[in-house]
Amino acid sequence: MGAPVARIDGRLKVTGQARYPADTPLHNLAHGVMVTSTIARGRIRSLDTTAAASVPGVLLVLTRDQAQGQLTAPKFGTGGSTSIQPLNEERIWHDGQTVAIVVAETPEVAREAADLVAITYDHDTPSAGFDASGVEIVDGAGASPMYPEDPKAGDFDTAFKAAPVVLDATYNTAAQHHNPMELFSTTAEWNDGQLTVYEPSQFVAGWRAQLAKQLDMDAANIRVVSEYIGGAFGSKGPMTPRTAAVALAAKLVKRPVRCVCARAQGYTTATFRAETRQRIRMGAGRDGKIRAFSHEGWELTSRPDDYVVGGTETTARLYAYGAVHTKVQLVKADRNTPGYMRSPPETPYVFGLECAMDEMAEKLGLDPVEFRRVNDTQADPVSGKRYTSRSLMRCYDEAAAAFGWQRRLDAGVWKTGAMREGDWLVGLGCATAVYPTQVAPCAARVRLTADGKALLQTSAHEIGTGVRTVAAQTAAQALGLSVEDVTVEMGDSALPAGPVAGGSVSTASVCSAVLKACGAIRDKLYRAATVNSGPPATPESFTLRDGMAVLDSGRSAPLSALLQKLGTTQLEEYAEFAPEGSAPGAVEQLRQGNPGIMGGAKGPVLMYAFGAEFVEVRVHARTGEIRVPRMVGAFAAGRIMNPRTARSQLMGGMIWGLGAALHEMTEIDPRHARTVNRDLQDYLLPVNADVEGVEVILVPETDTEVNPAGVKGLGELGNVGTSSAIASAIYHATGRRLRDIPMRLDTLLQLQQT
Amino acid sequence: MQPFLFDRAGSVAEALRAVSDATVIAGGTNLVDYMRLGVVSPKRVVDINGLNRETAALGRITLDHQGLRLGALVRMAEAEDHPGIRAHYPVLADSLALAASRQIRTMASLGGNLLQRTRCEYFREASWPCNKRRPGSGCAALDGLNRQHAVLGTSDACIATYPGDMAQALLVLDAQVELTGPGGVRLMPVAKVHRQPGATPYLETTLAPDELITALVVPASPWSWRSRYVKVRDRRSFAFALASAAVALDLEGDRVKQARIALGGVATVPWRAEAAEVALVGKPLDQTTARAAAVAAFAGARTRAHNAFKVPLGQEVLVQALLQAGALQPPPPTTRNGVTHA
Repeated sequence: MGAPVARIDGRLKVTGQARYPADTPLHNLAHGVMVTSTIARGRIRSLDTTAAASVPGVLLVLTRDQAQGQLTAPKFGTGGSTSIQPLNEERIWHDGQTVAIVVAETPEVAREAADLVAITYDHDTPSAGFDASGVEIVDGAGASPMYPEDPKAGDFDTAFKAAPVVLDATYNTAAQHHNPMELFSTTAEWNDGQLTVYEPSQFVAGWRAQLAKQLDMDAANIRVVSEYIGGAFGSKGPMTPRTAAVALAAKLVKRPVRCVCARAQGYTTATFRAETRQRIRMGAGRDGKIRAFSHEGWELTSRPDDYVVGGTETTARLYAYGAVHTKVQLVKADRNTPGYMRSPPETPYVFGLECAMDEMAEKLGLDPVEFRRVNDTQADPVSGKRYTSRSLMRCYDEAAAAFGWQRRLDAGVWKTGAMREGDWLVGLGCATAVYPTQVAPCAARVRLTADGKALLQTSAHEIGTGVRTVAAQTAAQALGLSVEDVTVEMGDSALPAGPVAGGSVSTASVCSAVLKACGAIRDKLYRAATVNSGPPATPESFTLRDGMAVLDSGRSAPLSALLQKLGTTQLEEYAEFAPEGSAPGAVEQLRQGNPGIMGGAKGPVLMYAFGAEFVEVRVHARTGEIRVPRMVGAFAAGRIMNPRTARSQLMGGMIWGLGAALHEMTEIDPRHARTVNRDLQDYLLPVNADVEGVEVILVPETDTEVNPAGVKGLGELGNVGTSSAIASAIYHATGRRLRDIPMRLDTLLQLQQT
Repeated sequence: MQPFLFDRAGSVAEALRAVSDATVIAGGTNLVDYMRLGVVSPKRVVDINGLNRETAALGRITLDHQGLRLGALVRMAEAEDHPGIRAHYPVLADSLALAASRQIRTMASLGGNLLQRTRCEYFREASWPCNKRRPGSGCAALDGLNRQHAVLGTSDACIATYPGDMAQALLVLDAQVELTGPGGVRLMPVAKVHRQPGATPYLETTLAPDELITALVVPASPWSWRSRYVKVRDRRSFAFALASAAVALDLEGDRVKQARIALGGVATVPWRAEAAEVALVGKPLDQTTARAAAVAAFAGARTRAHNAFKVPLGQEVLVQALLQAGALQPPPPTTRNGVTHA
């Protein structure tokens, strides 16, 4: 395990010195404000900009008329959030679609003028969601290269019919929006045909390639800068059409333009986690072994784009099921295109599965922990491929011990309502967390200078996970320096191409590339050290530490002396890392915008990280108020580079899971397909008072197969399963099965009334 | 947001001259939000924050044997922290401490808080029809997502909830507002300030356009210490009430001599539940009588598609408030007689 080093950029962030993209000072900056549609489906009949354009200080009202022909529509699914460039569109595809961008001398003038853009529409009746008429349903399999087929094994129907104990239940997860603290923004500046975009981005290399296509220019003339990011979690992964549109606005007004979206606009011009509906059928023998498992999912998407998460990819392999049937279908409605949000497939689908596991354990009369143990597996029931490592039950055992699960067993495992304290019903629950271990191509450059300092460069992204710190630790350790002596530059497409900050690949990918570059520097130092000195006693005894190169116990030299020997003042190495099994040219593909993510269930072996989460809830017997006084999670994720940042990631994940369970939901007016709760007052997130005890246990695990760094990404692990654990605890407390999230007091009150 | 003229009033007289054709700003926590959202677009905004320099009483809390006087510019957090208010008017201190966030309470004035406008999501987004925002345009909430909406005091034109907390506490304390207008100063019961929507939801208060709230006046009563505010919401802080109840009880032995009950989060205005009060008088306070009072409180409730839960929830909240108030102990005698605090 690595050292618990504090974030090297923590102080900058909390003292306001970290510069976020919209903070970039630029000379002669103009300000853009977006005008968005107030209908979800129809056409623009008229768009009158006269009043807006006449406000003193307005430089441009960019509409379809001005944009015509200058913006190539994005391609969906390769880093583009949608296939629609709204400024090319007369048609309204969703609520809050961008219809104009007003550019003015100040944000205030732009906002004033934006309110004066007069639009009339021809309305069509929109379809808001699953239960609306007019939706189109298509198969998920093959709709996207990310989800080629529904995993299946054996004969589900026969096995299900024959099973003595069966479950058939439907679960719903709500739509959720990101609400990052840092608002979505784009700042674009042109200089002699060179475009620089400052925007919070999880994939600057890919965005440069995207922008080149949308603006029909050479990628070499584009730079995307995103040094600090104030909350991303997928929302800043695929590029939205605003980026190219603001670049066009800046070109037209011949000045840099900054456009910061209002909080409400973030709900419709960026992506979100779409609602899902899932049906799970499970059949088991009296011995507790699952013999048949079917997981069907319906996912909402937009009319123009087939966004699919397909969490069955993971749920189909989680236990030793016997026969497996899965099917994913997309429900196309008049909504903006969904996109990634922290563990996009696993969060909703594992909610359904883990709730079903709890229900099935009850039917079997088994301790839910034991039910998972009976069905634990080291191989994929679909393909037979083995897991490189899987420490699920160790996580359960450590978390159960720390949590005090025995209390529930002592009270009678399936005796609900047994742990009452006054008006409060107490319940304990648990669930599995799982996330695929993935890794992506990455390039990095490391420069070691004679003063014993190092500079590390990669375009990878610090989205708040701590990867900048972990990369510095990795280089420091490899070069024998202290962490403070390593400067890390990230988030700039001019740097060596780094991976998308998605799929929890960053730590594994970046550290693998950094290790490679540092290894090359070390080799040169080794050669320099052995000139005139002879080789070390053993090759392993050559080490770099405390700014010195140590040949063996008697012989060491300062780095500066070795550099002098080499006739230089610095050593610089550029390294490209590509995951095992990558196609040739993976790093070049990365520069073209193809993330090249490998791992999970895709390769010859299965790579996953696991965890077990236990929660205690208190439910008020009469108001239905739900509180979560305690959560304990144990996680095994290979080598932990920095236990401090790892713990923060997992703890934050569990808190996120709590919010998903009890608070978060985007409310869509079913008549108009419009988002109704579009700010942080009405879109509920947990506040500090909602979060009481959260304990994270890091279970040691070694896995040398997953990647050279031995790292399983854990940024998206902690929030998986949490809401099922809470649902399970609510059932234990109240005897009420809640199968839809969020779970709010009104549901419990309604159940009490009936 | 549209451009507006901004003035600072240097005196109450100056503010009164401006008030009939301008919007007054104090803490700004409600107004600025709604100006940004385009819900209101005043042509002229007059800042009254400096008035307490000329008229110190506007920013002062006074507590004596006659009662409590809160200047309209006192911030919510100042009143919340006042030890005399906590001891003698706990329902008021509770209602303040459970409102918004400490940051907002540090900015928000008491006068402004009393007049805060609904948080109805359809009111707050200017493109929806709303009879309150655009008279005659219709109500999107009636058949829309109305989980937050009122079940008491509604009409076919509007079901928007009064969102505040403090007003319910003031109701059960028989508080009055001190209004200053061109004709001088008058007192009006808080209970008469807010108007139910009826056919005219855009008329929210009975205040004359040229009047300014200058103080809140709470009379002393021998039993104001036996008062409680209970609030239930979707999360444990920083959220508006799904249902809340303010109660103040005068007990003689275990019998209820007088009761004051007000409900929040469930009604279009701060809601005095007189039927519930009547149901309690003369009875011992226990689970049964409290529950009967709670049922009486919601007898006239009209629910919509998503807010029916507010009836059982509101009843339970009221039961809790009554029983908790019944269990309160009087403050120690040394602080029984109020002292004047600057």
